[in-house]
Amino acid sequence: MAKKRKIATCSLAGCFGCHMSLLDIDERIIALLDLAEFDRSPINDIKEIRGMVDIGLIEGGVCNVENVHLLHHFREHCRVLVSVGECAITGGIPSMRNSLSLKACLEESYIRGVGVENAHIPDDPELPLLLDKVRPLHEVVHIDYRVPGCPPSADALWHVLSALVAGRDPHLPPALLKYD
Amino acid sequence: MWREEVPPAMDAVHAILETHERDPGELLQILIEVQHAYHYIPDAAVELVAEHLRVTRAHVRGVVGFYSFLSDRYLGEYVVYISDNITDRMQGSTGLATYLCNRLGVKLGETRADGRASVHFTSCTGMCDQGPAGIVNGLAVTRLTRQRMDVFAELINKRTPLPEWPREFFLVEDNFRRSDVMFRRPVEPGAALKAAMKRGDDEALKEIHFEEAVDPSSGLAWRRGADETLKELYRSDLRGRGGAGFKAAIKWETCRDISAPERYVVCNADEGEPGTFKDRVLLTTYADLVFEGMTICGYVVGSSRGVLYIRQEYWYLKPHLEAVLERRRTDNLLGRNILGTGFAFDIDIHWGAGAYIAGMETALIESVEGRRAKPRKRWPLPVVAGLNRRPTVVNNVETFADAAMVALKGGAWFAGHGTQHSAGTKLFCVSGDCERPGIYEYPFGVSVRELLRDCGGLDAQAVQISGPSGITISRLEFDRILAYEDLSTVGTCMIFGPQRDMFDAVRNFTQFFRHESCGLCTPCRVGTSLLSQLVEKVAAGKGSPVDVQEIERICQLLKSTAHCGLGQTVPNHLIDSLLKFRGDWDKRLVTTDFVPAFDLDAALHQARELTGRDDALAHL
Repeated sequence: MAKKRKIATCSLAGCFGCHMSLLDIDERIIALLDLAEFDRSPINDIKEIRGMVDIGLIEGGVCNVENVHLLHHFREHCRVLVSVGECAITGGIPSMRNSLSLKACLEESYIRGVGVENAHIPDDPELPLLLDKVRPLHEVVHIDYRVPGCPPSADALWHVLSALVAGRDPHLPPALLKYD
Repeated sequence: MWREEVPPAMDAVHAILETHERDPGELLQILIEVQHAYHYIPDAAVELVAEHLRVTRAHVRGVVGFYSFLSDRYLGEYVVYISDNITDRMQGSTGLATYLCNRLGVKLGETRADGRASVHFTSCTGMCDQGPAGIVNGLAVTRLTRQRMDVFAELINKRTPLPEWPREFFLVEDNFRRSDVMFRRPVEPGAALKAAMKRGDDEALKEIHFEEAVDPSSGLAWRRGADETLKELYRSDLRGRGGAGFKAAIKWETCRDISAPERYVVCNADEGEPGTFKDRVLLTTYADLVFEGMTICGYVVGSSRGVLYIRQEYWYLKPHLEAVLERRRTDNLLGRNILGTGFAFDIDIHWGAGAYIAGMETALIESVEGRRAKPRKRWPLPVVAGLNRRPTVVNNVETFADAAMVALKGGAWFAGHGTQHSAGTKLFCVSGDCERPGIYEYPFGVSVRELLRDCGGLDAQAVQISGPSGITISRLEFDRILAYEDLSTVGTCMIFGPQRDMFDAVRNFTQFFRHESCGLCTPCRVGTSLLSQLVEKVAAGKGSPVDVQEIERICQLLKSTAHCGLGQTVPNHLIDSLLKFRGDWDKRLVTTDFVPAFDLDAALHQARELTGRDDALAHL
């Protein structure tokens, strides 16, 4: 039997909706596990990629330092890196703050917000600093494939994963790209 | 930054509205006059115009927002535009704009706090053979230098009215360097029209007096004149001079044969393709011939109304063009009873307001109808349902001039020049690195090398044929010929000398397209922005082969999915440049790995300031 492909996944500035959609492939996950195994992923709670993996799936855009580090970690350890979903591809909902300054955003939340006590902008070194703008993944590292959707349907994710696991170029048929 | 403190008096708006009918089609023309009167479109004017034309304020604002020369904020007493074409840049326009801004104490694109002046860049103003060029309060200025900028600043600071500025600043030359058979000397006004009408006057009709012969009420001969002229046009094999090369006779006949209560003849003088300026010269020196061609077209297709759609950049030609039209009316070459035959035809001038896309015929028609210049769906063609959804012939300025020559001298004479599939001669607009820039008339089939030899530009490394949407040819291709068989062109030849970095042209062209995309379709609206961003990334030394691949991918996407010719031709110069001038790209691709276009660590600067943190984790 051929060596199993390795898959890693993570969520940056996303809502985990894309991961939920991935779990929606339901019992097909059993077929997938015949061909591949999961490395670092919130699904199995492994925290770091060990060695190289074949396929990296990332949901969410890049909004802070931690996102940048994790994205770089994935790029270094994944042969193929895939932007999954609206936020990863365009920045999505989190990037709505891009039209405002970071100062305006943080002051709205931590200084002027309703019911705020001990008003100050959090500065604990444990908290990852925010970037001035939320970026889509491909503006920070090279991305090989993009799977659109909010979230991409389980069928779309299944289609892409089965192609990549089989070593083919994934091409989503129009039916899986229609959202209305 | 200047701010409106007291809304201006609306007297001028009322006066403008009184001269226009309550026709929504007048919207753009009204707004242009308001812009000239106030140097912006005040909110109060939007209200009045909307009310007068019974359209919504949103519609009026939509039109204001679309055109480059309309503005919803005050631009100042003196509004200076500097032409931003690559040929202007090669002549130092960028530095001149900065210099003038410094002299005036104003930031580019902003109005000075005292409301005196503003300086802006604008797309090519069609003065490439006498650049760097610009526009001051609507009037073209040429051959700009630092000395002239010093004088500009002084005149502006002293509030000298424009009519008192030195006349030589506004001097526009024809620079007609070579004429062939078509434009040797201006033709006597009316000669071509008479010749067209006389074509019905054959053997059988010899006895009838000319006026009778062409009298519409006498029927046969009248129609015969038009039919015979159309046959001559077929014989001439005249193809559209706007670049696409569609046969004029087919267009005219189709328009004639469709049953409709009204037909239109539209002359496209938008001439937005950077590096093109032949229409300017034709309308300066051969305006009669152009109007005559339109009149003959009206005669052939059975139309009584012509429209000259001309770009705002040529506003300085307004008195001249209006005078020519008025003289032709006096001479019975236009009006209700042309040459005493009862044939009625007249020509209106419609001004554009700064939009490259308006050169595309369906977008042009939208603009004549007073809307944003957005291209219509491909079918039906304008010749079936064009202006006001009536059959409309839209032809280039040069096509009409050529058609008049065909009417005068016959189709066989015309077809005797040029090549098998490209009859006649063509005007070429030569600019860039050569000794004698200007207009050159050649029979079709001339090689690029011959043209370069004549204008003194043989040491060129490249020629951009037919503008940014055309084709970039390298030294290896100078023996190719200018004709529909090989290099089909609107006539633009921008020459790049050996000292030029061809990547600068790419930057200029991608910025141009990004600005001029009309926004109708996503591939073009987003694609032109992405291409420009990627090219700027490469220019900043952050490009890698991955970015070049992405450029190529977007180019293919635009070519295959954009709605109209604008988007489909945007990639041409990029594809050519990557193929033929790869060296100018490669020297900028300093990394093999992808790097972001922005500085990651600098992206944390705001957060560091807000939190007061500067620890190791606060850096990237």
